[in-house]
Amino acid sequence: MAPSRASDRPRFLVVGGGLAGLMTVIKIAEAGHDVDVFSLVPCRRSHSVCAQGGINGAVNTKGEGDSPELHFMDTIKGGDFLADQPPVRSMCQAAPGLIYLLDRMGVPFTRTREGLIDFRRFGGTLHHRTAFAGATTGQQILYALDEQVRRLEAQGRVRRFENHEMVSLVRDETGRCRGIVVVDLRTMEVQAHAGACVALATGGLGLIFGKSTNSSINTGSAASIAYQQGARYANGEFIQVHPTSIPGSDKLRLMSESLRGEGGRIWVPKDRNDRRRGEDIPEGERYYFLEEKYPVYGNLVPRDIASREIFDVVVNQGMGVGGERFVYLDLTHLPPERHRKLQGVLEMYEKYIGEDPRKVPMKVFPAVHYSMGGLWVDYDQQTNIPGLFAVGECDFAFHGANRLGANSLLSCLYSGTVAGPAMIREAAGVSSAVSSALLEAECRRVEAELEWIRRLDGPENPYRLWTEMGEMMTENATVVRDNRKLQATDERLVEMMERLRRCAVLDTGRVCNHPLMFIRQLWNMLVLARVIVRGALLRDESRGAHYKPEFPQRDDARFLQHTVAEYAGGSLLSGEGAPRISYAPVDTSLIKPVLRDYSRAPEYAPPTASI
Amino acid sequence: MSNQEMVHLRILRQDAEGAPRRWERFKVPYQPYMNVLSCLMEIQKNPVDADGRKVAPVAWDSACLEEVCGSCTMIINGQVRQGCSAMVDQLAQPIELRPMSKFPVIRDLRVDRSRIFADFRRVRAWVDIDGTYDVGPGPRYSAEVAEVRYALSRCMACGCCLEVCPNYGPQSPFIGPAAINQARLFNLHPSGGMHAGERLDVLMEEGGLADCGNAQNCVQACPHKIPLTTSLAEMMRAATRRALFER
Ligand SMILES: Cc1cc2nc3c(=O)[nH]c(=O)nc-3n(C[C@H](O)[C@H](O)[C@H](O)COP(=O)(O)OP(=O)(O)OC[C@H]3O[C@@H](n4cnc5c(N)ncnc54)[C@H](O)[C@@H]3O)c2cc1C
Ligand code: SF4
Ligand code: SF4
Ligand code: FES
Repeated sequence: MAPSRASDRPRFLVVGGGLAGLMTVIKIAEAGHDVDVFSLVPCRRSHSVCAQGGINGAVNTKGEGDSPELHFMDTIKGGDFLADQPPVRSMCQAAPGLIYLLDRMGVPFTRTREGLIDFRRFGGTLHHRTAFAGATTGQQILYALDEQVRRLEAQGRVRRFENHEMVSLVRDETGRCRGIVVVDLRTMEVQAHAGACVALATGGLGLIFGKSTNSSINTGSAASIAYQQGARYANGEFIQVHPTSIPGSDKLRLMSESLRGEGGRIWVPKDRNDRRRGEDIPEGERYYFLEEKYPVYGNLVPRDIASREIFDVVVNQGMGVGGERFVYLDLTHLPPERHRKLQGVLEMYEKYIGEDPRKVPMKVFPAVHYSMGGLWVDYDQQTNIPGLFAVGECDFAFHGANRLGANSLLSCLYSGTVAGPAMIREAAGVSSAVSSALLEAECRRVEAELEWIRRLDGPENPYRLWTEMGEMMTENATVVRDNRKLQATDERLVEMMERLRRCAVLDTGRVCNHPLMFIRQLWNMLVLARVIVRGALLRDESRGAHYKPEFPQRDDARFLQHTVAEYAGGSLLSGEGAPRISYAPVDTSLIKPVLRDYSRAPEYAPPTASI
Repeated sequence: MSNQEMVHLRILRQDAEGAPRRWERFKVPYQPYMNVLSCLMEIQKNPVDADGRKVAPVAWDSACLEEVCGSCTMIINGQVRQGCSAMVDQLAQPIELRPMSKFPVIRDLRVDRSRIFADFRRVRAWVDIDGTYDVGPGPRYSAEVAEVRYALSRCMACGCCLEVCPNYGPQSPFIGPAAINQARLFNLHPSGGMHAGERLDVLMEEGGLADCGNAQNCVQACPHKIPLTTSLAEMMRAATRRALFER
């Protein structure tokens, strides 16, 4: 109902206040332009705060002959050759400079005796390439960026709209994105904001799988909205399952890869009926299956491989700890100074499980963690909708079929440094005047939709429906995939879309009405879930995180291609919501795809590959 | 359902800012590894009170669910803490939930803590970098200083320390221990420290360091064990030095 905010001076809009969004904001504001940033929660509480292990950059201070080129090669191979290569190379070249920038901003990176930034090992590489701040690196980087944005805010360049949810894009008659519609999550007021360009930096989609390692706000809803309004969504089926997490009734908490980077070892008892406590089982009766199968990379093989091996040991061979799905992640042999570097994560284990991981081996299992897929973007981070950009986890670039640990914080920052200047260039070519009729019309459409939801009074509970969807997706669309099950899952998703239209709104409150917004989010999740499932169904090969026992090989002849989903129409009010899928070529101009082999060291392995 | 173990809760509810408050009782099915937030999630799945009456789901803040974002601060059995790390197995029942008292309630357990961020801004809690362009490595500093800074920098702006501070509140100008700790964090950075005086000047204004009564409640309430009283003492010393010798 609020007056739409059309402005005379061009403003740039950034949706999302995690690493990617804030970097974009800083780049635009620093160039002298005005930016508004929108976030569901105060930026400082965005999901990036959860990142534990670190950020990659080939700074090469350990005498290992590391270089951005080797970082590039590891990343492309880690992603099973599905990433467009030129932007990945640029990202790896920019990485050392970005780590220095963070250091200048005051990120308290863990340092060496000489006062240099320290680096640790991470998965998919044999180099020490990961800078870290204890075991809460994402928190520290997010704070540094948030502080820089506060500095720019104090200068009048940035306005924050925290506790606001983007619910729609405003597109003009030529199709260009001219702004967004948001709901103030406290007053539930609907507002339109005009923007010279819009960037989505809205993060991941873990909630589609119910319980995951993600924050409770990671629904993927904003990316789904853009997709439903015409943006292409690419490689949706590539979902990363992290090998090590702990159970919870609300989420699955990550036990960072840095635990293995600092020397943690994965094992199960050799005898599947062994019911002794982990610490009582002698060394000779433990099966270190990753170290045995991958003598060079050991516990630090890429995540897709580690998760599959754990799945095999636990499900196919029935060797899980105590007959359950768990494996041990053992840190008990590490010296106290190693434990100290991992403090944040070890405290979490103690708090939630009630055991001291310095004394007893941790019990862990795989959990949904990250989406490699996302909104399709060009090398300027622009989507196929002119004026709409995407950065961070919600874009599809950089990680191919599997992301290497500690490369996400990097891609978030890097994509922000690309998008900011590109948005300014793009805006220079178009008039900044946006018709207020256009903004009003989109506001009214959203208001009508919310009114429709407010009247819902059916038998279904949206939160229960969400739990059901999450369990089904975790069961059928994660580590191991099967075409018959995927087909059945897709059919049940369509049914759930219908059931959602028969739910009750639960809450008639005029402020902070979460159920009202959640029903829209759940619709958006169901729409994206279909993109994931259909993409997986059609991809009859195995590549990176996507694995079908029926088609165990990578098939470059047919599938060295990006999956591209376009929305075929439908809405919460009318039902439907199917993807139309096609394929687009991958730019492999720099490194020729070869077999992805982690059983041996690459030619460029460092002379001493130790933890 | 009847012979399943249930968790009992008592929740102080308020429909909007300034609206009257009331207590409501709930029963939710017990699950292993349950925390207070998963109880609230169960209420969403079946929003009826303990007497079977239909009610609106409870409103609360959350994001990370692992005690690192600071969103879900509330008063649980009389103690201010995070709902996501309050494990049901360790709590007496009925579990009593109330919103924080030092900030305006927006609805139920949600409060408006924007004042915390405004105070971070007041103390200029940032490093004044020249720009984000590449100028090479940052300043070198020792692992020891980095470790001290890291401990201070884990503050998640949750507000527990402010809730228990007798001198902080809606009627008081006192900036509170969290922002004072931020000033120390940035004064300890080699380039941030170049502007230490500007931060100290803010702390010497009304509502600054002089309002701290040294009650030490804050440091005990901090879930991340941030050495707040050390930060207060250090800033006090630095401010005195500045008042005596530098101005
Ligand atoms: C537990 C955990 C540990 C991790 N550890 C590491 C690590 O060590 N190294 C690494 O490289 N990566 C790590 N990752 C991955 C990495 O943290 C994320 O991929 C990254 O932080 C995503 O950042 P982002 O800026 O894209 O999005 P986010 O930080 O998720 O931010 C999204 C923003 O968008 C806003 N938003 C979303 N939807 C809307 C909407 N509709 N309207 C308005 N605002 C909206 C949110 O409020 C938020 O501000 C980890 C991930 C997890 C889950
Ligand atoms: S020591 Fe100072 S800041 Fe801490 S609780 Fe007491 S009065 Fe408040
Ligand atoms: S200092 Fe501690 S209690 Fe205070 S806001 Fe920060 S984390 Fe919370
Ligand atoms: S939800 Fe982040 S601290 Fe509890």
